[in-house]
Amino acid sequence: MSTYNFDYLDELEAEAIHILREVAGQFEKPALLFSGGKDSITLVRLAEKAFRPGKFPFPLVHIDTGHNFEETITYRDQMVERIGEKLIIGSVQESIDQGKVVEQTGKNASRNALQTVTLLDTIAKYGFDACIGGARRDEEKARAKERIFSVRDEFGQWDPKRQRPELWNIYNGKIHKGENIRVFPISNWTELDVWNYIRREKIDLPSIYFSHERDCITRNGQLMAASPFLNMDDEDVIERKQVRFRTVGDMSCTAAVESDAFLIDDIIAEISASKISERGARMDDKVSEAAMEDRKKGGYF
Amino acid sequence: MNILKFFTAGSVDDGKSTLIGRLLYDTDSILADQLEALQRSNRKNDDGTIDLAILTDGLRAEREQGITIDVAYKYFQTEKRKFIIADTPGHIQYTRNMVTGASTANLAIILIDARNGMVEQTIRHSYIVSLLGIKHVVVCINKMDMVDYSETVYRSIIDQYKTLAQQLKLADVTYIPVSALKGDNVVQVSEHMDWYEGESLLHFLEKVDTDHLDRSQLARMPVQWVVRPQTEELHDYRGYAGRVLSGTFKLNDKVTVLPSGASSVVEKIEFFDEALDAAHAGQSVIIHLKDDVDISRGDTIVNASALPQETKLIEADLCWMDTRALDTSIMYNIQHNSKITKCKISEILHRVDINTLEKHAADEFKLNDIGRVIVKTADALAFDLYDDNRANGSAILVDARTNLTVGALMFRAAVE
Repeated sequence: MSTYNFDYLDELEAEAIHILREVAGQFEKPALLFSGGKDSITLVRLAEKAFRPGKFPFPLVHIDTGHNFEETITYRDQMVERIGEKLIIGSVQESIDQGKVVEQTGKNASRNALQTVTLLDTIAKYGFDACIGGARRDEEKARAKERIFSVRDEFGQWDPKRQRPELWNIYNGKIHKGENIRVFPISNWTELDVWNYIRREKIDLPSIYFSHERDCITRNGQLMAASPFLNMDDEDVIERKQVRFRTVGDMSCTAAVESDAFLIDDIIAEISASKISERGARMDDKVSEAAMEDRKKGGYF
Repeated sequence: MNILKFFTAGSVDDGKSTLIGRLLYDTDSILADQLEALQRSNRKNDDGTIDLAILTDGLRAEREQGITIDVAYKYFQTEKRKFIIADTPGHIQYTRNMVTGASTANLAIILIDARNGMVEQTIRHSYIVSLLGIKHVVVCINKMDMVDYSETVYRSIIDQYKTLAQQLKLADVTYIPVSALKGDNVVQVSEHMDWYEGESLLHFLEKVDTDHLDRSQLARMPVQWVVRPQTEELHDYRGYAGRVLSGTFKLNDKVTVLPSGASSVVEKIEFFDEALDAAHAGQSVIIHLKDDVDISRGDTIVNASALPQETKLIEADLCWMDTRALDTSIMYNIQHNSKITKCKISEILHRVDINTLEKHAADEFKLNDIGRVIVKTADALAFDLYDDNRANGSAILVDARTNLTVGALMFRAAVE
């Protein structure tokens, strides 16, 4: 008894497990949105802790932009194999082929914005009433005000003015037909908390999180992985760099940072000392001060 | 290292956002790109320094109007502790947001403008702190730089506040003179107030007892989910998954399952791949019972020797949170942990004028109204009184027509 030690990671973990079980208990057709990034990988571990030795009461859903890092897809498939849970893939390429969305053109073209349509289509196709995501409140200031249970209307829109009060640890999951709820179990975690948890739990990650050599070009002051998905021209100079990625998104919008962090301890040391926030390496947030708020209103994760 | 959750109350001009900005800034919790965005922004203080308040104003409407509308959560950590701040608006029209922010906090910071002393909203904010049962209160007398760091001003405000604290039964109050704008006594102890012998706000926050461990005998675990793998090798496996709200469950403890009243004994406690000897308040675990009793989501497992209240009539404090007024003629859903049942507000006992703390007879309850009511539930709830056990003494009201959360309830007495 006297050895009982409930530290901050234990508390964050217990809270997230509680939230996941509320989703299981309150919804008919929940899903876990899996991006292959460290936050959704953490969610998978938390789901194991919430439901094992039973099965997850929801499938994993991956919205595949078709521009993913190969390492992410390999990781995804191996993980699904290991945990023995169902994976549903929503394909942005399919949405493009069906003419539902139009590929962006120009130098800064990215499929990041297109995935919202694929996501909403996938939600409608399977009738998901709750989608669990790995967003955190420390990522961005619009997110700082989002609820753990966040209601989206039929069009996937978030209305910041009509958020429900969320009191104590009681989560109101009641919705009308057509609406769904985005659930964020790790809302109260910071980037550093996630890394410390991954270290403590010895969770495997896709290799791109760790330092490696890669061909890069510099765009708008940021290092981007050279790839067929990036519209490159003669002005772009390819350089071999020692880099790693702090977030895992679409190859066309996720910037690398120069880094020698090969081990998780190095990464934690690097982040602790870092002077650039995680979303600082996301081109998609740079458009305006309200960029994230606008995308969330439009149905983005 | 553990977590301290605190909330801040103050009005538009009290410098609340500046205080939070200062805490983040002086603890190096603002990163370069955020700082750059801050500098790009054209909101500056009169002396040209960065307006730290922008850091917490998240939504576009708030940036435009320069006010905090919704609860914003902010995070920072020092070597000693992780902090979660619920930054809430102070204006009376946002009382519900303040109640929301206060509901999960274990410490409240109340800001008083040194130039104005205690004002109406100080009473309102302090009332909410006492209503929500927040254990620790820090009163920051802010803008000390505007009153020449005067000890006399500080002392007279403290004296005023002590009377209020007594009236509201706030047991643990700490006073700190600060200037959020200049940074005095926020992170660093001020050089301008030699007469102040206490510590800085941050230092206090790092040390204050967070009371994470609930030592009470009130072992409670609402069942959220029943784990039944139904595989060949786990054919008879039946585990009750939930988060321990309060108290401790140990192996072989005698327990009662409510509402059925069935008795059993704790046979096994699991956490993922570990078998535990005990499950404490805050932990999310799986409990197995010796007897084959019928248990489903919404039931509560409790210590058999410290049973909760169980009635269908409960006297409670209610904070109304919807623009549509309370309708005593219709049924609402009441959500008490994992249990949802129907209810009516059968009687309004009084409403509190939260600016003067006077109680008035009332027959209606509108947005942001707070008062005492009688709740009549369809199924009996297994609850504790809010003052004894916050986690099992609170509930929300949901309007079945809109699905909105319309009320916050704090249980004060079982009505026989």
